[in-house]
Amino acid sequence: MNRVAFKVERDQGATAAFVAPGESPLSINELTVSYGEKPAVFAVDATVPPQSMTAIVGPNGAGKSTLLKAALGIVPRLSGQVRVYGKPLAQVMNRIAYVPQRASVDWDFPTRVIDVVLMGLYRELGLLRFLRSPHKEKALACLNRVGMADFAYRQIGQLSGGQQQRVFLARALAQSADLYLLDEPFAGVDAATEKAIIDVLKALKAEHKTLVCVHHDLSTVTQYFDRVLLINTRKIAEGPVATTFTEENLQKTYGGRLATAHIEQLKLPAA
Amino acid sequence: MVSAFLDALLLQAGYNAALVAVGAALLGIAAGSGGTFLFLRKRSLLSDALAHSTLPGVGIAFILMVALGGEGRNLLGLLLGSTVSATIGLLAVDWITNRTRLAEDAAIGAVLSVFFGFGVVLLTVIQTMSSGYQAGLEGFLLGSTAGMLFGDAIVITIGGALIVTVVLLLRRPMTLVAFDPEFAAASGVNVQRVDLAMMGLVMAVTIVGLKLVGLVLIVALLIIPPATARLWSNRTENVVLGAGLIGGVSGYMGAALSASAPNLPTGPIIVLMSFALFALSLLFAPARGVFAALLSRRRFRNRLHRRQGLLALAHGGSIQDRMTRAVLRREGFIRGDATLTEAGKAAAARVQHDERRWAMARQLHQLDGFSARYDSLRPIDSVLTRDQIAEIDRRMGDPAFFDRSGDGS
Repeated sequence: MNRVAFKVERDQGATAAFVAPGESPLSINELTVSYGEKPAVFAVDATVPPQSMTAIVGPNGAGKSTLLKAALGIVPRLSGQVRVYGKPLAQVMNRIAYVPQRASVDWDFPTRVIDVVLMGLYRELGLLRFLRSPHKEKALACLNRVGMADFAYRQIGQLSGGQQQRVFLARALAQSADLYLLDEPFAGVDAATEKAIIDVLKALKAEHKTLVCVHHDLSTVTQYFDRVLLINTRKIAEGPVATTFTEENLQKTYGGRLATAHIEQLKLPAA
Repeated sequence: MVSAFLDALLLQAGYNAALVAVGAALLGIAAGSGGTFLFLRKRSLLSDALAHSTLPGVGIAFILMVALGGEGRNLLGLLLGSTVSATIGLLAVDWITNRTRLAEDAAIGAVLSVFFGFGVVLLTVIQTMSSGYQAGLEGFLLGSTAGMLFGDAIVITIGGALIVTVVLLLRRPMTLVAFDPEFAAASGVNVQRVDLAMMGLVMAVTIVGLKLVGLVLIVALLIIPPATARLWSNRTENVVLGAGLIGGVSGYMGAALSASAPNLPTGPIIVLMSFALFALSLLFAPARGVFAALLSRRRFRNRLHRRQGLLALAHGGSIQDRMTRAVLRREGFIRGDATLTEAGKAAAARVQHDERRWAMARQLHQLDGFSARYDSLRPIDSVLTRDQIAEIDRRMGDPAFFDRSGDGS
């Protein structure tokens, strides 16, 4: 544990405060996940400081989503430890909000937009309490934050891809969490949605929330995030974008598959 | 026949018929609402494997009870046996799916047929046994009502009430797991346990309904009512309630119908009744029904041709598309030589004006959810309020804005 903390402190240099694993919203230690007999994530360490916005970046099949799901206990981990705010996952579930990939659900399911957002309140409602107007108002307010209040009473099958993604974000907002984990929130959405989503995420950060996103678009990493976790089954590098999102680390992550021209377009921070 | 049916509907066809009708209605309610979540989770077929796996349990329980000196027909004993073997069947499906490379459909097919085959063998063996009172055991296959006792009705009533209670109690976690299991897991729901609960509900329905509908057909009552209710509603709660209602009505009407003529089998008639409701819904349900879909396609096509044609003519173009011409002609907007009538001119001007307003509105509201509602067809006054439109008109009156928006249409 101490080793991890020490490394983070050194990586971030003078720009970030020291983070003990006990205070970190999400600390992952030696996490390994395997589908069949092929490890998807191997011995990954990560410590996310509070009030940060981290992008998990890596090539297709690098285990980005798997890492996130294993951290949440959605897929079983073979070894390793996850602490959220210094505690085991089960004790702090109510401080976590999760936005899964849009394609993971059936959008013809019989439910309306507002019902999906209300699902974010189920944890709070428990089994017996009835839905009342304050809950509906909260759900509408969350929809309003992502610009979808007009769609509250539509069947979810009528939404475009970008609108579906916003509804998922609204559901996460309804969970009133401190740590937000998002799986490819910008995948296949229109420009207006991308802007709406990043605005909400930045506002969350300003409200002292911590965010971790699986992210596939290298060109927006420096613009959207302040930290980056580069993985390709193993962890390649972790730290502030300014010092970690470098050409050398990217080539290590993508195994030299990135064209030089592509890297030049990224306007990487000067080393 | 009709008066016999009416008598049965009004519970006037005798004690046994009334008992069967009430029992079937309760079973239908429990089956419809209890089967909905498995249906929404797209695992309905699992209930078929489960139902067929009950048969060996019935046989073994009978043999055991006879061996212990009983007559072998104790209902609770038989139901207990079927519960045990259905559980083993489910575990087998689960094990095959998780531990081998076979998919769930193969596992279901294998378990279903093997358990059923084994059960039939046991029943055959039982027929040759000299002791015990084996008559009526084969009623578990397709259901039988002839010997329905008050005790059977009590089992259905208590079981049905328990099933409905559990559905109400667990509706939120079950909805969550059926819609988005990953999110459910991430919000602290134990997905495995909720899946188990869904299965438990279906198992309870099967066991309770064994005697009345039989294990071969009970699956129909678990799947057809939810599928029917889904045609009528876009909300999970309503699908659950609707499935209960449809199941209840099918059970009651089916039982009444079978009581109105000699030798009509109750279970199969109930299933056919639920299918009749399904077929009617499939044709006539609003939005998701066959006719509604045809109608809405037709309406959409007309709207599209009308607007496209009027816009083309408003811009001074001509119409090549025969369909467009036919639609405009039928609505009195053009004459035989494809020139606009007076009504057509007015309509074309309206459409053009609407397009200009849209262009302005989209410029003003670029990043609001609103601009996503522009679909080239919807009139703007069906989307924006009167005040918003007034604001747009005011800006359009401003020549600087007018020029910019004019070319967008």
